[in-house]
Amino acid sequence: MLNFIDTVGEAVAGIKDGSTVMIGGFGNAGQPFELIDALLDGGARELTVVNNNAGQGDQGLALLIKEGRVKKMICSFPRQSDSWHFDAKYKAGEIELELVPQGNLAERIRAAGAGIGGFFTPTGYGTMLAEGKETRILDGRGQVFETPIHADVALIKALKADGKGNLVYRKTARNFGPIMAAAAKHTIVQVSEIVPTGGLDPENVVTPGIYVNSIVRVNNSVKAA
Amino acid sequence: MSAQTSSETGSIQTSETPLGRDDLARLVAKDIRPGSFVNLGIGQPTLVSNYLEPEQDITLHTENGMLGMGPEAKGDEIDEDLINAGKIPVTELPGASYFHHADSFAIMRGGHLDICVLGAFQVSATGDLANWHTGAPDAIPAVGGAMDLATGAKDVFVMMTLLTRDGASKIVEACTYPLTGVGCVTRVYTDKAVFLTGPDGVQVRETFGCTLEELQALVPVPLTAAPAVER
Repeated sequence: MLNFIDTVGEAVAGIKDGSTVMIGGFGNAGQPFELIDALLDGGARELTVVNNNAGQGDQGLALLIKEGRVKKMICSFPRQSDSWHFDAKYKAGEIELELVPQGNLAERIRAAGAGIGGFFTPTGYGTMLAEGKETRILDGRGQVFETPIHADVALIKALKADGKGNLVYRKTARNFGPIMAAAAKHTIVQVSEIVPTGGLDPENVVTPGIYVNSIVRVNNSVKAA
Repeated sequence: MSAQTSSETGSIQTSETPLGRDDLARLVAKDIRPGSFVNLGIGQPTLVSNYLEPEQDITLHTENGMLGMGPEAKGDEIDEDLINAGKIPVTELPGASYFHHADSFAIMRGGHLDICVLGAFQVSATGDLANWHTGAPDAIPAVGGAMDLATGAKDVFVMMTLLTRDGASKIVEACTYPLTGVGCVTRVYTDKAVFLTGPDGVQVRETFGCTLEELQALVPVPLTAAPAVER
């Protein structure tokens, strides 16, 4: 069921304490800041958040972490020059970290959306990130068994949606959006523009609307070249 | 230790002095085969892009979903939706393409990339790579795409200084830092020499500002001069 929603607050209102929330974005590109701010205002706690990073600066995911709403981060690259809110929580033992090689993160999310129960991959074989995991030698290479990452909710940012919920993205802001949209039970998308059904070339649709549940338009003018 | 003398092999010293970072980047760029698809890691490897010649027709991949990445964006070119793996604004070249993260990592993991160039803390005699974590108890670990690149690219080139600030060799018998990948490094470009790593041990292609014997005194694994065909 697809809903077009007027405000970001209403869009995230159903997110419950203890939810697993996928948040799109690589650094700031593709990060749905307005939806994250609404999640912060909404007060949901004890969240498990799936994102490539663990927040930058004093906005978006970083604030959600600062305010103690995030119980656990599943990410590939938490430590950055401006990840001070995560750093403080981690050093204080107030946030759990599941560190995942970035390609495993992407493929585990993709697997969830594609109904795959797990897969073997050479990435991480022989490293501390494979400790405790099942391994096999396949095609002559050591490989590690990885499981899908499912989520209750995905918050993602796209450029445009049409009336059927089909999405197109912009440049490297696409990143995790398409795979998170498929992996979550409920996908909430913020877009800069909603066009009428038929207003997107079907050949160019990146995320088909079947993966999308809620769409909200936000007034974030993209600073384009 | 089995350093062969230059009198046995012909000198492989190609520079009177150690190479600086830019000279090393120029050398790596020159060694990339024309038409290659390449991923340059964050930091020193990024310098390589400054020395790629248009006639080499190299296509740069960035892990956050793009082939055909151009130079760093300046001034009006800066677009917050167009960044590289280091989250620096970049540009797109004609023929560029965008794709989602699972496709971007399938490009690495599926063996489609010809070369990745990475920094390193240590490389072992058999090509094990340690470049993501010091293992220090208070360090916050962050791996990003390093393990996927190290494991997936057809060739893994490392760029680093040969010695730590304390003078210890970063080419080691076995890595003491946590591993990024096992037996994955094929070449190591350093300020003092270019090393070829693999199951047969460490061969030296050329040296800069030192002889093979002088280099052997610094590196705690047996070195041999690479056959001329490899140089």
